[in-house]
Amino acid sequence: MATNSLVSIDDISKEEILRILSAAQYFEQNPDHKILDGRVVATLFFEPSTRTRLSFETAVNRLGGRVIGFSDPAVTSTSKGETLKDTIIMVSNYVDLIIMRHYLEGAARYATEVTDVPVINAGDGANQHPSQTLLDLYSIYKTQGTLDNLTITMVGDLKYGRTVHSLLMAMRYFNPTFRFVACNELQMPQEYIRFCDDNGIAYTVHSDFSEAVIDTSDIIYMTRVQRERFTDIMEYERVKDLYNLRNSMLANSRPNLRILHPLPRVNEIDRDVDDNPKAYYFQQAKNGLYARQALICRALGIEVPIVNK
Amino acid sequence: MSAESSKKELAVAALRNGTVIDHIPADVLFDVVRLLGIEDMATSVTIGNNLQSAILGRKGIIKVADVVFPEATLNRIALIAPSAKVNIIRDYEVVEKHHVTLPDELFGLVKCNNPKCISNNEPMRSHFTVVNRQPVTIRCHYCGHTQSH
Repeated sequence: MATNSLVSIDDISKEEILRILSAAQYFEQNPDHKILDGRVVATLFFEPSTRTRLSFETAVNRLGGRVIGFSDPAVTSTSKGETLKDTIIMVSNYVDLIIMRHYLEGAARYATEVTDVPVINAGDGANQHPSQTLLDLYSIYKTQGTLDNLTITMVGDLKYGRTVHSLLMAMRYFNPTFRFVACNELQMPQEYIRFCDDNGIAYTVHSDFSEAVIDTSDIIYMTRVQRERFTDIMEYERVKDLYNLRNSMLANSRPNLRILHPLPRVNEIDRDVDDNPKAYYFQQAKNGLYARQALICRALGIEVPIVNK
Repeated sequence: MSAESSKKELAVAALRNGTVIDHIPADVLFDVVRLLGIEDMATSVTIGNNLQSAILGRKGIIKVADVVFPEATLNRIALIAPSAKVNIIRDYEVVEKHHVTLPDELFGLVKCNNPKCISNNEPMRSHFTVVNRQPVTIRCHYCGHTQSH
């Protein structure tokens, strides 16, 4: 396995997270630094994901690298029954880095075991999506000026949302206070509650998305409540609008509050929030470009200049 | 019982050199047999099952002549028979006696119960890390799902 692969956010230390954020900051100021010098990167999308693929491919292009790959496995040998191992070994002959998304959980971890080329996991089923976590961290860092001692409120689907689980785990180094706002059916799983207990992370659990919670938050991380997650449709109908954010709810919120969302949103954030300067979800997606530029350089072992603050 | 049949019984029961695996729960005896690959061995093997046991109620026992299993192989059975005891026999004497111990990592031994795990969809070996020993809880190295045994 190449040591610079990134499969899970758990694979990297606090120091590495901070280094990546510093590199992201550099690329925000110098987005077109041609630091890759014509290196070739494969984007292997065994499952379509336009947003993530475009973000990664833009990152490579802006860094001066070249991209090969596929966005539809139906046109590849996978559809002929080729194993993942064979596809990865074959592609490894051509490229310096593999960025892959797969519908099966653990696919990226396995890929790192069959090749010496570094692998970045761009999502493996419901399992891990570390570049999303790093762009979330970068967005928090950028808007708050620090990652330390923040109150982060997570709202909506805390049971199945992998982004909130990864963010929670990555924040363990920074003394956060979490608020988990969800209906009983979609509350934070015990596994992560235990993780908070084991790591001395403060948290409170709420079923009510109240102003008391909003007004004491530095970050509100919204997620989508999906109908298919419910076994009881009546329960879905009862709770579906309880966790929607409207602009009027932000009247007394902290000046530094920012609203994040991994997107796509449906109606959990009302359109009237979009014009509020505290709405940050679109810039958050843009930050993904810089975070991914930083991750690509880390994977290739390329030093990024330090930004003077 | 004639002297001849008594002699025969002794020939089966006593082991000059080899390995005795005792205190195997009766219901997993044949799983242990399969796991150790005993079906394919050419040496003398004695398998007893549903024998009286004060601790287990009914137990199984396996005696394999002239084979000393590597410790790693024996430890694989700890997942299904943690109570098993291993006796190494040399010249009819027990020269070594120990319990099986579950290794920290298990390769190719257990199937991940997450159908969406890569290990269930590729021709590859499963890989688990033991996260708890009592009760046994293991975590899939690939998809991260945990399961108990």
